[in-house]
Amino acid sequence: MEFGLSEDQKLLQESIRGTLEKVSPLERVRKAAEAKETHAADVWSALAELGVPGMLVPEAHGGMEMTLLDAALVAEMLGRAVAPVPFIATAVMAPIAIAGAGSKAQQEAWLPKLASGEAIAGVAIAEAASGAREGAGVTASGGKLSGKSLFALDAAKADVLVVADKAGGLHLVKGDAKGLAKVALTSIDLTRTLTELQFDNVEADALSAGDAGETFRRTVNAGRVMLAADTLGTGWAMIDKAVAYAGERKQFNRVIASFQAVKHMCAEMASELEPCRSLVWYAAHAFDAMPEEASLMAAHAKAHTAEVGRFVARTATEVHGGMGFTDLLGLHYWFKRIGLDRQLLGSPERLRHEAAAMQGWAAAD
Amino acid sequence: MDLAYGPEYEGFRAEVRDFIAKNKDKAPKRFGVARPSEESIAWQKLLIEHGYAARTIPTEYGGYGAEPDILKSRIIAEEFTRAKLPMGLANQGISMLVPTLLELGTEEQKKKWIEPTLKGEVVWCQGYSEPGSGSDLASLQTKAREDGDDFIINGQKIWTSTAHAADMIFCLVRTEPDKPKHEGISYLIFSMKTPGIEVRPLTTMTGHAEFNEVFFTDVRVPQKDIVAGRGQGWFVANATLKHERGMLGDPNQAGTRLKEIVDLMHEETVDGARLIDNPVYRDRLMQLQARVFAMQFHGLRLLTAASKGEDPGIARLIVKLQGCEINHQLAALAIDALGEIGVLYGDSPHLRAHGSWQHRYMFDLGLIIGGGTAQIQKNIISERGLGMPREPKPAKA
Repeated sequence: MEFGLSEDQKLLQESIRGTLEKVSPLERVRKAAEAKETHAADVWSALAELGVPGMLVPEAHGGMEMTLLDAALVAEMLGRAVAPVPFIATAVMAPIAIAGAGSKAQQEAWLPKLASGEAIAGVAIAEAASGAREGAGVTASGGKLSGKSLFALDAAKADVLVVADKAGGLHLVKGDAKGLAKVALTSIDLTRTLTELQFDNVEADALSAGDAGETFRRTVNAGRVMLAADTLGTGWAMIDKAVAYAGERKQFNRVIASFQAVKHMCAEMASELEPCRSLVWYAAHAFDAMPEEASLMAAHAKAHTAEVGRFVARTATEVHGGMGFTDLLGLHYWFKRIGLDRQLLGSPERLRHEAAAMQGWAAAD
Repeated sequence: MDLAYGPEYEGFRAEVRDFIAKNKDKAPKRFGVARPSEESIAWQKLLIEHGYAARTIPTEYGGYGAEPDILKSRIIAEEFTRAKLPMGLANQGISMLVPTLLELGTEEQKKKWIEPTLKGEVVWCQGYSEPGSGSDLASLQTKAREDGDDFIINGQKIWTSTAHAADMIFCLVRTEPDKPKHEGISYLIFSMKTPGIEVRPLTTMTGHAEFNEVFFTDVRVPQKDIVAGRGQGWFVANATLKHERGMLGDPNQAGTRLKEIVDLMHEETVDGARLIDNPVYRDRLMQLQARVFAMQFHGLRLLTAASKGEDPGIARLIVKLQGCEINHQLAALAIDALGEIGVLYGDSPHLRAHGSWQHRYMFDLGLIIGGGTAQIQKNIISERGLGMPREPKPAKA
């Protein structure tokens, strides 16, 4: 029995952390955000050199075939650095969908390119994972897609899109397909992109080789665990920043870190967030090793980490006082990243309802 | 990451199950409130013989003498819980005094006290807190004045849970009044039958006297019954408190309570509708389920760290604060799910589970305060876990 990280996993996490500190400091993040770059290509290629895009791609297609826990460790570090890169869809959800339900030809067409970092993949799955807003939804008929999907992930400059239709089917659509329109949705979080995809009889290639329902669930579960891990890393960065700031800021001739009111805020944040690490690890491990628990744990990990994340984002900002509220300090990038994580792929309320339904305690929607 | 125990441990699990199957009828039905019942003492003896209690205590002191193996300890706990059987005795003598003597006692003290304590023949109470010394325990004022080969003790202790039934006390007293407060304390062990000791029950908000106050008037005890020497009491007490904090906030207990609430919400109805079908109550249940899962997995993480001899740092420091809080919130949900029935108490009709939810709701608040208050825990987490500075001492007036 061992519930912890292997030496390789600790090394992986340290190497991602070190690389991001070098290539994606706050100035780089700020530049990407202010210029509305869809992603920081230089940061992504530095991560590609470490094999990040191919982490979950099968070895047969040029990837590293690692576990979802490995990916969660990377997601945590990306959150910590508020890195503006297309990770969740490109490196996690799309490879899982294509490897799970793609034909041999579909896998050969896309997985090697995704593994090398050559191609970017978007995922349009919000209606199925969080519920449809404004009547959005995509209908598939005769190999063509119509309708619209909101809040697509990593989709702005994607070479290929994984699209969920209203009936639960998954499809591959080329990024430059005829009849496809992309509308940028600007969110509070400028480190990641959200896109509205409009389909007017767009040619699509169904992902129907494997168990489509199971692949859909795995894709969503993996995305949820990544968002939870992202919030874990983002939240711990905020706690560390709050502790460091409180250790420097003086009022009443004392560093404010010596006031119990401030210390207790920091202790509460740490004490709420640290157990989330164990929940995220367990949910990620369940994805690969205990499939019967995977959906429940992914839902709980995402919902609970989102609730704690909101508390940490608010409290860490308060510890920074007025400075936390300024653009100058840049703390708001972390605050907003936690804010976006919370809303994507199912709100805490929705996820708790799903978790209850999975255990037979509520009617499934 | 590997949550399987592997063949060696599964073999051990099979042994435990076999023991349980053969011996479960011998488990005590009545435990005894403050002193263990005869059945409990017999059960304890059987468990020690098989290594399911006092497992790692050396045989020369009456234990089983196994090498420490935290996974085997966990398997024993899992199997006894699964079979709904009581584990061995858990009292302050066994959980606090015995580890302290093993670490810091003289050979004579170990030989004399550990075995009868393990067997339940000697019951102990803990004399730490005083009316004026709670979180600031080191300010304690109970004095022990030297008189020949003895100390003469005067003062008062509070929150001494088993004092009315105890044979012995391990007690912090001030022996060096001229030294700084942390350096003037000694850790004494003496008989509760010594003349001059008066025990008064302390009734709490639960309506029960779970604690006592203990008064010492010219209590004469031999100087030789000191642990680790004069002025060493603060050091000894910290060694002991470490053992107590490990006891509080057990995540598996929270898992059991959560299951009880799930059952309760399936059974209880309002206007004919089950509570589990009410989305507002159900959402609270789901929030707590996530927190309980998180702490259970957190427990696995600490277990792994302990089995490798690693210090998990801040992950360990948060356990008491989180564990006690979650237990209290679980009791609060049960009470709310019961509505007006949730405040019934004592011998009222319509009581559920003998009023235990209401009792837990109140008693758990005591646990949030006891063994280091939530606020002291937050000081520890911020200072030792996050490296934040201590509150500066006020200038002397």
